[in-house]
Amino acid sequence: MSVLVYTENWEGKFKKLSFELVSYGYELAQKTGGSLTVLSIGNVAEEELKKLGQYGATKVVAVNDDKVKSLENQAYTSVIEQVAKKEASKIVIFANNFAGKAVAPRVSVKLKAGLASSVVGLPISYEPFKVSKRVFNGNAFSNITVKSDVKIVTLLQNSYGIFENPVETAIENYNAELEDSYGTKVTSVDKITGKVILTDAEIVVSAGRGMKGPENWTTIEELADVLGAATACSRPVSDEGWRPHSEHVGQTGKIIAPDLYFAIGISGAIQHLGGISGSKCIVAINRDPEAPIFEAADYGIVGYAFKVLPELLGAVKELKNS
Amino acid sequence: MKILVCMSNVPDTTTKIRFKEDNTKFDDAGVQWIINPWDELALTRALELKEASGGSISSITVACVGEATTEPTIRKALAIGADDAIRVNAVAQDSYFVAAQLAEVVKQGSYDIVLCGIESSDYNNSAVGGMLAEFIDVPSVSSVSALNIDNGTVSVNREIDGGKETLEVKLPFVAVVQKGIAIDPRIPNMRGIMMARKKPLTVVEPVDADVLVEYEE
Repeated sequence: MSVLVYTENWEGKFKKLSFELVSYGYELAQKTGGSLTVLSIGNVAEEELKKLGQYGATKVVAVNDDKVKSLENQAYTSVIEQVAKKEASKIVIFANNFAGKAVAPRVSVKLKAGLASSVVGLPISYEPFKVSKRVFNGNAFSNITVKSDVKIVTLLQNSYGIFENPVETAIENYNAELEDSYGTKVTSVDKITGKVILTDAEIVVSAGRGMKGPENWTTIEELADVLGAATACSRPVSDEGWRPHSEHVGQTGKIIAPDLYFAIGISGAIQHLGGISGSKCIVAINRDPEAPIFEAADYGIVGYAFKVLPELLGAVKELKNS
Repeated sequence: MKILVCMSNVPDTTTKIRFKEDNTKFDDAGVQWIINPWDELALTRALELKEASGGSISSITVACVGEATTEPTIRKALAIGADDAIRVNAVAQDSYFVAAQLAEVVKQGSYDIVLCGIESSDYNNSAVGGMLAEFIDVPSVSSVSALNIDNGTVSVNREIDGGKETLEVKLPFVAVVQKGIAIDPRIPNMRGIMMARKKPLTVVEPVDADVLVEYEE
């Protein structure tokens, strides 16, 4: 079955999730004996587009048009519909993130394609097309079968992994037909530039209720700064409004898989672990030696965050300076 | 201006999820049913907007696709403050089917703003709002964390990587809302509960629609 993967970039650079989606799409195309087409929307340089070949993208369709500068759901839906029809795609793959949630359902109706969202791992079978998806906020998984001819999958981020399959990449610049204007207009953007995106970050410094209050986050931010890391938090912290909801990692928040994850003052409830278990190395700081986070951690420091943090920060600074 | 809030009837999020028949079926014995939390926040925001509109928002309607067993939950939405309710008398089979039913409700009622929660807390599909918008061919904005009406101009905030965007939207449109749209969901008071019994709850029969996804039996 021919596969179409929708990628995303951040200021012209592909997000980590794009490489994961291409790896996933490659595997699906291989297993079903179909071709793989990767779609890039936005202003991405040829050199960057070629990077997708590292993960198995033999063909990249690039759409760069001012009308798709920001995520206009109807415009994006139209582009994806046109490319999917042109490529006779039978499986269309998105990330299960905010862009995927915004666009995939519309594409589903356009192509009359059954939508399987929050999918984890490779399909259980291809004929019939059966996948496993997250349900009840990650408390269970359910197997679903997509019965329509065309199928749409939104993959749970960081749930599959990135695999290299270097191939030669052909790039096609495609002019999609678009309306002059759509029903939405972005009037202002409030974006922190120069910061690492949480789901893309290689290092994440995350803190929990053990920090006692939002006023104590300065050291967390400083540590993240020195490490070039993104900041994150546990659910109670975002529920209390100490930190923005966008920083919440866990079963109901963002699912991340950094190389290095610091859990500071986080007890490590199962819901939290569900969002970080893909991390390559977990370092936990907690005053309670019985805290479940230590079960998941590769390194653990038993002690008060307020005592350990300044020392850790000092040590990291020293290391960076040397 | 008329607002429609789409709602899903879901197990209480504190319910212990159990399965029966060799872990293949959801066991609904003893389950407390509630308004999907994101839909409840959407309803709360709709009511806030209506109260602040000085009469320009004439009504808030809630719509739910479900069998008669969903009516107590729909009545709760009326008790919180919705003016009337529509129940499409069908089992919510998959997102495509549900969205097709709600699209028909929107067409019949010509609503200006349609609010949907970003996902239901049971199947987490994040699909119905976007599908509904495509069925009726109107703009949609997803991950909406704020919705404001100022002199008839409707603007929303949505989350993007590393920040947020403000957008102006043309009506009619579908807002798919997430946390932040309202701070705390409203709790029905005694007067609301009494009044809810008298508010209209219209039952309509489903239109023909396909089911594209099947859950394992």
